[in-house]
Formats: sequence, structure tokens, C-alpha cells
Amino acid sequence: MTQDNRISGGQIDRSRPLRFTFDGIPYTGHAGDTLASALLANGVKLMGRSFKYHRPRGVISAGSEEPNALVELRSGARQEPNTRATVVELFDGLQARSQNAWPSLKFDALAINDRLNTFFTAGFYYKTFMWPAAFWEKVYEPIIRRAAGLGSLSKQDDPDEYDKGFLHCDLLIIGAGPAGLAAALTAGRSGARVIVADEDFRMGGRLNAETFELGGASGADWAARTVAELASMPNVRLLPRTTVIGAFDHGIYGAVERVSDHIAVPAAGKPRQILWRIYTRRAILAAGAIERPIAFENNDRPGIMLAGALRAYANRWGVAVGKRVAVFTNNDDGLRTASDLRAKGISVEVIDSRTGAEVIDSVGRLGVKSITVRDAQGTRTIAVDAVGVSGGWNPNLSISSHHRGRPVWDDAIAAFLPAPDGPAGLTSAGAAAGQMSTHAALTHGAAQAAAALSDLGFTAPAADLPPAEDAPVSIKPLWFVHSGKGRAWIDQQNDVTVKDVKLAHQENFRSVEHLKRYTTLGMATDQGKTGNVIGLAVMAELTGQSIPQTGTTIYRPPYTPVAMGVLAGRSSGKDFRPTRLTPSHKWASEQGAVFVEVGMWLRGQWFPRAGETTWRQSVDREVLQTRKSAGICDVTTLGKIDIQGTDAGAFLDRVYANTFSTLGVGKVRYGLMLREDGMVMDDGTTARMGQNEYVMTTTTANAVPVFRHLEYCRQVLWPDLDVQLISTTEAWAQYSVAGPNARKLLQKLVDQDISDAAFPYMACGEITVCGGLRARLFRISFSGELAYEIAVPTRYGDAMIRELVAAGQEFDAVVYGTEALGVMRVEKGHVAGNELNGQSTALNMGLGKMVSKKKDAIGVVLSQREGLVAEGGYRLVGVKPVDPAKPLTAGSHFVATGKPATAENDGGWLTSVVYSPHLGHSIALGYLKNGDTRRGEKLRAVNLLAGTEVDIEIVSPHFIDPEGERLRG
Amino acid sequence: MRYSGFRVIREALTGHKGWTPAWRNPEPQPAYDYIIVGGGGHGLATAYYLAKEYKQARIALLEKGWIGGGNVGRNTTIIRSNYLLDGNEPFYEFSLKLWEGLEQDFNYNAMVSQRGILNLFHTDAQRDAYTRRGNAMIMHGADAQLLTKEDVRALYPFLNFDNARFPIKGGLAQKRGGTVRHDAVAWGYARGADMRGVDIIQNCEVTGFRTENGKVLGVETSRGYIGAKKVGVAVAGSSSRVMDKVHMRLPMESHVLQAFVSEGLKPVIDGVMTFGAGHFYVSQSDKGGLVFGGDIDGYNSYAQRGNLPVVEDVCEGGMALMPMVGRARLLRMWGGIMDMSMDGSPIIDRTGIDGLYFNGGWCYGGFKATPASGFCFAHLLATDTPHKTATAYRFDRFAKGLMIDEKGQGAQPNLH
Amino acid sequence: MIINHPLLGPRDSQEFVYLGDAALMNRPDGMAEGALAAFIDFAYLRDNPAGLHRELWYHEQGDRSWLVVTRNTVTHEITTVELARDVARKAGRSK
Repeated sequence: MTQDNRISGGQIDRSRPLRFTFDGIPYTGHAGDTLASALLANGVKLMGRSFKYHRPRGVISAGSEEPNALVELRSGARQEPNTRATVVELFDGLQARSQNAWPSLKFDALAINDRLNTFFTAGFYYKTFMWPAAFWEKVYEPIIRRAAGLGSLSKQDDPDEYDKGFLHCDLLIIGAGPAGLAAALTAGRSGARVIVADEDFRMGGRLNAETFELGGASGADWAARTVAELASMPNVRLLPRTTVIGAFDHGIYGAVERVSDHIAVPAAGKPRQILWRIYTRRAILAAGAIERPIAFENNDRPGIMLAGALRAYANRWGVAVGKRVAVFTNNDDGLRTASDLRAKGISVEVIDSRTGAEVIDSVGRLGVKSITVRDAQGTRTIAVDAVGVSGGWNPNLSISSHHRGRPVWDDAIAAFLPAPDGPAGLTSAGAAAGQMSTHAALTHGAAQAAAALSDLGFTAPAADLPPAEDAPVSIKPLWFVHSGKGRAWIDQQNDVTVKDVKLAHQENFRSVEHLKRYTTLGMATDQGKTGNVIGLAVMAELTGQSIPQTGTTIYRPPYTPVAMGVLAGRSSGKDFRPTRLTPSHKWASEQGAVFVEVGMWLRGQWFPRAGETTWRQSVDREVLQTRKSAGICDVTTLGKIDIQGTDAGAFLDRVYANTFSTLGVGKVRYGLMLREDGMVMDDGTTARMGQNEYVMTTTTANAVPVFRHLEYCRQVLWPDLDVQLISTTEAWAQYSVAGPNARKLLQKLVDQDISDAAFPYMACGEITVCGGLRARLFRISFSGELAYEIAVPTRYGDAMIRELVAAGQEFDAVVYGTEALGVMRVEKGHVAGNELNGQSTALNMGLGKMVSKKKDAIGVVLSQREGLVAEGGYRLVGVKPVDPAKPLTAGSHFVATGKPATAENDGGWLTSVVYSPHLGHSIALGYLKNGDTRRGEKLRAVNLLAGTEVDIEIVSPHFIDPEGERLRG
Repeated sequence: MRYSGFRVIREALTGHKGWTPAWRNPEPQPAYDYIIVGGGGHGLATAYYLAKEYKQARIALLEKGWIGGGNVGRNTTIIRSNYLLDGNEPFYEFSLKLWEGLEQDFNYNAMVSQRGILNLFHTDAQRDAYTRRGNAMIMHGADAQLLTKEDVRALYPFLNFDNARFPIKGGLAQKRGGTVRHDAVAWGYARGADMRGVDIIQNCEVTGFRTENGKVLGVETSRGYIGAKKVGVAVAGSSSRVMDKVHMRLPMESHVLQAFVSEGLKPVIDGVMTFGAGHFYVSQSDKGGLVFGGDIDGYNSYAQRGNLPVVEDVCEGGMALMPMVGRARLLRMWGGIMDMSMDGSPIIDRTGIDGLYFNGGWCYGGFKATPASGFCFAHLLATDTPHKTATAYRFDRFAKGLMIDEKGQGAQPNLH
Repeated sequence: MIINHPLLGPRDSQEFVYLGDAALMNRPDGMAEGALAAFIDFAYLRDNPAGLHRELWYHEQGDRSWLVVTRNTVTHEITTVELARDVARKAGRSK
């Protein structure tokens, strides 16, 4: 197809034709085109369908405020729904499809909704679809859901990458139109660090779309020259194709740079987009103004657009949208469109409402064919193929209200101005601040920059700005045409008409917020950038109030919709969160270990051997062999905190429920740490390595919170205690060696004597291994076996696991993973994550006696509240199935035999379940009401989710070696 | 006026001239039997049930701005009763049952849609915890199902099953959970209350409470003094500010929670889903927007707006869970102020002042509670005894050690 | 947000972990008469002001300082940032 509507001029590169398709039909455009300008050049006006009535729609704007021309861009996994054709930079091979239309854009079956519009008024759905009750979900809602929505997701993984970055500047300038460029020049020459961000791919803003001159040059040329000068300044960073999406606290702005959206596929290694977090000392909003339409009957037909957009397509893109054009305006700027178009040889008829003329209707289903004009002479029909409408310009103040500051009304321009109490450090300049002429925008931009810079201590040289047009705003507000019974659109995407606002008023949805929510005005993807003020004006007229009395809605971030991918950056897939690897990871990988996510860590879950086909085979072997001979396990992930100082013992007495100051040097003790509310926060062992030196271990999950808590206690609660902390979790590789042969195995590596006499149960000390490597040894046991934990500096962790395994060969030692670890700790009756659930006290865990009331430790007082010590509370129990063949399930609830499984009979639950290869059946720990008095009782473990129940017996939680003979061996 | 399909057709054919205001704009009377302070969802529901179930006369609801502008006007629309603890589950199940009959009850289509909720799990410990929870739910008369990874894949094949940092292992589903058109809840209750004689008074800010000898006499407002025999405060988000007027310190902090909606999309997510390895939950509205959220920002705030770190964190969760959303666009973000209580559970209780009652501390779970909260608060106001499903929501539970701490995080509100 | 750390200068609040009202430094004496009531008040009740709020932040991804930040909960403006240890000492906390 040829570009029939292409006229001369504009900032497109005619030497670079670009091919693209829309709904499968091939077209050509030029470099510098947007999808919208290229389609218009090819005579395509119909670009989409509206949300509710499926009305045929064309483009109405030339910018990001576009409500109508939304397309699905690209294909396959890169399909991108709801993309505004007005901001899509044309590239060769671009594919776009219309959306929300079936079977085709021209013949959309759901356009029947438009015929039935009288039923589909604002909020009609709140009043019906209620009978019969079941029909909402089964019948009505599925139909509505299928009809709703706009474009579609591909349901495939987004193949592109996204990045995030951080930028710092003295002054951020949002928008590179005349005000922004003048501000940037001023700031750039002052030496301040400046960032200029503009959503367009070509900086210059309206200067690119106008014909007037700046000091003898065209606006576009002046903009290009200025941009070039700015680009040469080392202290200025230009960010075209970059939308500032929001103002956040303390001068932080979010911005999205579309790095690769203007090409078919991102270059290798390049992201599709970048989210910049820009830290600013000052910012200037120079985002220009957005034109608004005037509502009249059938004002939504393709070809009816904003007058300024019509002009922009002609001036910037060399596109005559129509050959017979009408301009309907209430202000002088509309006249500028008429004169610019006429200068390009287009016939234009002006309907200026200030003279009493109004457009009252239009005809042309798929593209406007004629309009009806009413003026002093009466009513007449004018044949047209495009209409430009100008209801005045709204300062583009969106970002200034992101901190919920309320815009203020200005009668002179009949529009809202940015809130005076906007984000701290943000000022507005140019049209965004209501300075509408080019001259005003330039001088205001420079002045606002100078003011901001002077606050920061920079001296801004006087700007040498070119002379420019300085036409005053001349407007006589007209919001909507009072006429007839038809519909006049306010929010084109959501199909909100003047009638809907009237109905909202009639039904007392008069507050601006009620209006918005009841009619959905301004809730579409354009956030009502063109329509909101008209809706307000209609409501104001109905209530007899002024527009500012009626209210205003504020805008919320983001300024324009943002791809979720860029907000996630690189944190997706396997990189969603960092991965921490233990020192034995490389070795474990070589063994074919199965790994499991434990917080950020990957730990060996089990270590399969040849011939093992199920995980249970591996785990059972690891457990049995550990208990029979020896097992080795990487326990590096446990938190390790060195605690030193003359008050270290006293400090530990306060942070643990039990006492540590009395612990002998060279000894280890199990410690129970409470939250201040009396619940158990964490447990672990703490070793006294010297008089004023302790080493604390925490659970893997709580390593960070416990350290934070200890720092709080040290710095905030008891600031004068002589105690120092350092987290050494990453500094030591730590391995547990457990089992009857643990000592023999270790003695092969440890340089000192570790016989029971020299290194008894719960001993600890600094030792050396392998002939001199410094290490720490702790004789502690989680498994219930004779066991040690040995720590070496992390860089020796890989060597150590290999030494341990080699030393263990003669004992047939195994390396065991987290599953076997879990089995052995349940067999031994130790609490762990499932019992340390933050809802349990020491008493619940059967550890009540550890809570010393003789000293003031965190959590002791509140642990004694009546509800926490009352009879009938949960107590830790052991559980075994009456029939050993029956497996237990964690999360099953205790129910008395013969009682129904209801809440009244809920006795508690099974916290942890493992299969004990030693005992040959499932065993569990559980919290049972009054559990400490119920040993030997038979109950049911009910799992209603699976429809199963198992008869169980309550036993001691210590399934193996209850007297602790093994670990003392 | 009764709403119905016939009415809609009749009005459509006669130019919609017959629709009347959904509620009146009455002038405040000098005194009422009951004053409800706060025209959010809970306050409106309280007024409605007080008028309907407890047949109380002379009820006023005072709202400082526009009704429905509380958190009922800014939330992620989810209803469910998948709670763990005895103090909570009967209440939320009662609420879900009220949701199930709500539209016919108040003659307003709030689009209660039981599309199901699915809480994904990614570790064995999470599976165990969800098993415990699912069983507790069923024992309380609610519905629950434990889904395997393959069950989840059948429901949502586009989730990240094969390249995940924290692979999906299954999920806890409640089919009766779902979503509701949130604004319509406020309007339905308002209309229903108004029809039963409740004076809904907007733009009427309570500036103080008049008390005598430890008993409430009425409220000072921006529109003058209004007497009342009993006053119920339901002003979540402003609870501490309002109760400070009677010098009550509350067991809560105010925090900002952000929520998000994408551009409209053709149906892709049928129910509600929560990610178990990060802060992200999502559903799709009937209009097509993905409605999603995550964690609170984490610092005390009354600002009704949040910051980028949480926005990014939430979208990271979204991308980790369903990488197709990279090309969906976030359309709007907003912030609401949450009464974050000390154990994550609410309070519906009397206060130290006779005739003054309090409802708050809903954290970010208040929307689903709206019907039961209103019902139980009305019950308390009318009978001076707690409703049987809300007996645990007392101020003194902290002193007694009877916290209702679903997450086990203790007395730190920003962790609930 | 940006927290102007008294030792390190301005830092993004993302480096910090928030705890709550700085009154959490006024931990009662657990051995004193009436400790239970004092602890219930300390642990569970908050002023929760709309306006200036002194609050505890921890520089977890930094120097591990606990800070007392004075911040307006309505505007989020931060007016002062102090080392919590200094504040605690001034308030009479010691060992």
C-alpha cells in the first residue's frame, strides 16, 4: 500500500523505508515514524475497539496519553498487549494486531453491545445478574470476563532481559521540550550534574510538532542544536526514550529507559529496558501539557482527534490525516492547527465555540464522514474526513501529584496547575506549570533551573534564549456540547459518556471518587489524561459548583504503564534470589548430591549411590550408617557469631533464657533464646572459647535475625556492656562428624588428643588439623550419636570435606544430607524449624525448666503470662503409629478415638514426621494439648486433606537413646 | 428501590429517569442511639447489620470524607477463610458464609466470585504447615485441598515450573475463596443501611468524644456535636489517631501497603494465587486487570503511598512465579494505611469507656472480614457481648498471653 | 527513602531494617516489682503518631549501627538521625 496521506516535510527519514504489518496487511513507513503516524500515512484510521461498546476507534493523540489506539505488538513470546501505537517507534519488520475485536477489527461481533448501550449504563452490573444466585459465577461472569480485557498475554516466558541501574544528579529535568531544554542548558552551563529524561525518541517535545521559529530557526532545529550542545557537556546525561514513572521519597525518581523497544529484537547482551532509580537533589517537571477534547455526540469516531495531534502528524510526521478537515475549538490554539494545515494545502473549516458554533454530532462508523454543526445560522452538515478538537490544554502535572498533593485550579487557562505541596525538591516549569507560550516556557524553564541551582549553591549563567512566539492563552471553556439524546464520550477507552456522569449524579455518586469508581472514568490505561477534567466539569455543572469545588483526582504512579519485567530487573528465574553455596558444594556436586533450597542456601539433601532408586533408600542408608559407624554432614549454614568482651557472659545471660556466665571455659551449652514476648526465637549451642570469648551458633534460618537482635541488645538496650559481636557464618566451614566411629575418624585429622578424657562431651577448643591448620572443635550432637562439629577457615572447606571423606573410608563413613539430619534429630527428639514456629514457648517444647527466673533475660517476664502457662496448653510429644506399617503425615491433627474430627476435638498436630529406619516405622513429633501428661495414650492422627487417619500412641519424643549414653560415649 | 434485571430493562427503555440515589444525604440529627464512626467497609457493614439484624433504631454513620474511601476502596479484593488458628478461623469462615449470601441479602451485585485461592508452597516445611492449616480449616467447617505440583501445573501451566529458584512443590487450595468487586461492597452496604433508616453522613469528621464519668455521651464533629448512647469506632488506618482523642494507646502501628493493577488483559489467571517464596499474590479482575500485591513497605506511615523497593520486590515475585508477566504492564500503584496489630489479628471489643466500642487492627486482611466484622461489631454494640465467632478479638489478649499470631512473628507489626 | 547515617552519610533505606518506635529502647527492669504490667505496655502498646516519629532502624547491609531516625510519618521527611547507642546513653541506659 502506498502512503497516500503522506505530505511533505516532517522529521522522518524518507531515505529509510520501513516495512511493517497491521492485522497482517503489509505497509511501509519511514524511520522517525511512530506506528500511529505510519498507519495514518497509509490511510488507516481504524486502529482499535473500545472496552465496553466495542466502538470502532482511531488514534486521538500523538503521545502517551492515547486511550484508543492500543495494539498487540510483536508476536510469539514477545507479544506485547495494549501497546499505544502513538509511542511505538516504527522498526523494520514490526508486527501489530488490533485487539478486543472478533472476528475482525472491521466486523466485531461484540459491537452488538453498542446497539444495546441503553442497558449498559454506568454501574448497570451492580443492579442485576443476581438471580438465580448461582448464575453469577456459572453464566454471567464467564461471559463478562471473556468480553472484558483488552490485549492478551502470550502465556510464554518473556524471553528478554531487563536491567536496573542507579543514577545520581543535582538536577533531574523531566521532559525535553522548550522548558526542559532551556532548564537543561541553564543547568548544564552551571556545571551541575544534570539528567534530562524524555519519553520520546526525539527530544524537543512540541518544538518538533510546531511550525513557529525560535530565533530564526525552526523549533525542531533549535531543539536538535540544543540537544547536541547538551550532549557535549560531560556533566549532562541525556536519556531519550526514558519515561520518568514516579516521584518517590527524598528526591528519588523511577525512570524506565526503553533500550531495545525500537528494534525487532534486543541486541545480544542488551536488555529490553532499564529501570533507573535516579537520586536527585532537585527536579524540574517540564512535561508540557496535554490537550483535552470537547465532548459531543459521537465524538469518538476514527478520524476525530485532538487538534494538536492533527497538527503534530502534519508537522512532525508529514501526514495529512484528512483532506477535508474541521477544527472544533474553544481556544486560540485550535486556530493554530487550522492555519498550519491550511499552509499544507489542506482545506479546513473552523468551528469556534467562542462564536457560538458547536459540533453536535458526527457520522461515519469506521471513520468520520461528516459532522453536524450548529451555529447562529442553524444546523448544517459538513463532509469531513478528519476533525481536530481542542478543548484547551491541561498542564501535564501527573508526577507533581504522586505525593498526593492536590492540583489547584487556574481560571486563566481553565485547567489545573501542579500542587504547591508536591514532592519536596520538585518544581514545575513551562506548560506543565501553566506557562503556555513558547517564550514563557523557555524563560520559565531557565528561571526554574536557576532557582533550583541557586538552592544548591551553583551559579547559573544567564540563559541566551532565542526569541519565540508568546501568544497569550485565549480560551472560553466549553467542556461538552449540550445536545440531543446521543452519547458524548469523555473516557473513550472505558466508554464513559456524559450520560454516565449524569446517571452517577442522579444516583448520588457525586464525590469525585465515587464518580470515578462508579463510572470507571479515568481508570483506563491512560489514567484519564485527556478525559478526567471533562468528567469533573460535567459533574460540576450538575451540582452547580465550580470545578475546583467539585474536586480533582490525583494521579498515581506510574506516569504511563510499565512492563512488570523491568520492575523485576534481573531478579527472575534462577536469579530471583542469590544462591549461597556451602564449602562442600563442589565436592557434593561431584558426588551427584541432590540439593535443596534452605533459605538462600543450597544444601545437600541426600547423596545417592549407585543402585539407589528412591530417596528413602539413600536417606535410610545415611542414617543407619551414621548410627552404626560414622557420618559427615556440612553444617556451615548454621549461624555463627563470635561474642567477646568482659561482659560477654553477662550479655549472654540476658539474651538466653538459661545461664551462660557460669559455663566453664572450654565448654559448650545448649541455649534457648526467647523473643521479648516469651516465644522461643531460636536455639543453638554456645561455646566458651575463653574467659571473655564465646562462639554462638544459631539455626540456619535465624542467623541474620539473631545477629540483628544481639546488636540491638548490645547497642540499644545495654549500650555500656563491654561486648563485641561479629558474624562468622561465612568465615568457617563447619562439618558434623557423628557416629560411634566419629572420634576415631577425626583423630586421624586432628593434631591434638581428642579422647573422651581430653575432650569430653560438650567440650570445645581451638585445635589444629592436618598438621597445623587452625580449627575449632565442638563436641556436640544433634543426632544423638557421639559427635563433633569441626570448623576450619572457609577457604579450606573443600579440602576438609575431602580429608574427612578420605579419613572415613576405613569406617565406611557416609556423608549425609539434610534429610538424614532431619531423621536423626526427630529420632533424638530435638526441636527444629517446624517446632520453632514462633508460636511456641519453652514450656510448649518441654524446655520450660531452662527458663531461669533468677535473672532478667529477654522474654522471661512475658513468657509467664497466664495464657502461656495455663494447664491444657500444647506440649511436645513423640508419636508412633500403633500399626508400624502405617505412615504418618506432618500436619495431621490429633483427635481422640471415637470423636469426630472437628475443631472442638482438635488436640494439636504432628509437627515433624520422618521414617525411622532404626525403628522401622514412621515417627513424629507433635504439639498435643496437655501432652506431657498423656504418654501411652492412644489417639488418632487425622489428615482430612488426604482422607486418612492413623491410630497413634503418644510416646516420649526421645526415640533413640533417651538416656544419652551414645553421645557421651 | 429494588434492583433487578427487570428494573434495569425498564429503566433502559424509559431513559433511566427512575433511578434514585443509592443513599440519601441527610443532615445530622442532634442525637442517635448508635453512632458508627467511619464509613469504610467495616463501618458500613456494622451500620447495615445493626439496622437489619439487631433492628436498632436511630443509627448514624459518620464519615470524614466519602463513604467507601477506607481500605474497602483500595485493596486487592480477595476473600478467603484459610486461617490456621482457633481465634481466627471461625470468624473468617463466618465471613465467607456471609459473602456467599451477601448480594441477595443486600440486593446489590458485588460480584462475589468464588474463583478459588491457591497458596503455593516450595519447601517441605511449608507443605507441613499448610497441611496443618488445611486440616484446621476443614475441622472448622471450611473447605481445603492440598494440591500436588502436577495439580498446580494442570491449573496454571504457565507458571515457572522448570527454571525456578524455589520450585513449586504444590499448594493449599480453598475453592470457596475468591474475589469481590470491592467498591460495590461499600455501596451495597450503604444502600442497604440507608434503606433501613441509617443516616449516612459524609464529610463529617469526628474531632472528639464527649464523655462523663467514664461514659460516652456523644461525639464532636466538624458538623457539630451529636449525642449518642453508644459509639462504635471502625476507622482502620486512623485508629490510633481517633482513639488518641480519648487517650487510648493501641496495640498497633500504621503501615503503608501498596497494591497494583495491570492494564486490562484477556483472561489468563482464573483464581487467586499466592507465591510462597516471595511476596506476591495475584488475581485477575472481571475487567481484565491483574490485581496484585506483596509485602507492606515496613515503616510506620500515614502517607498512603509507598516506595520503589517494595514495587520492585513485588514484581520480582511476579516474574519469578510467572515469567509471562514481563510483558504485562503495571498500570497503577496505590498505598493504603493498615492498622498493623501486635499479633496480626484484629480487635473487636469494648474500651475502658462505657458505650465506646472499638473495631480495628485488621492488618492487611480486613477486606475479606468486612461482613463478619460488621456483623460481630453490630452484635457487640447491640448486646454488649462478643459474637461467638469473635470472642478472641479482645484488647486484653496481650496481657493474658492469648495472642492470635498466625505468622508467629511476635510483637512486631511490620512482620505480620 | 534516604537515611543520612551519622557516620556514613546518606544511604538508601533499602540497606536498613526497620524495627519500630524508639520507645522500644526503654526496656523495663525484668526483676522489678510490677514488671509484668510494664512489659505488656512496653511490648504491645504504641503511640503510633501521625507526624514526627522517633524510630529504630538497623544498618544491616552496612556498618550494623542501630539508629534513631526522626521521621514524619505523614510526609516521610527525616529530620534527624542519631546513633541509637548515643540516644540510649542519654536516656540513662547503661549496662
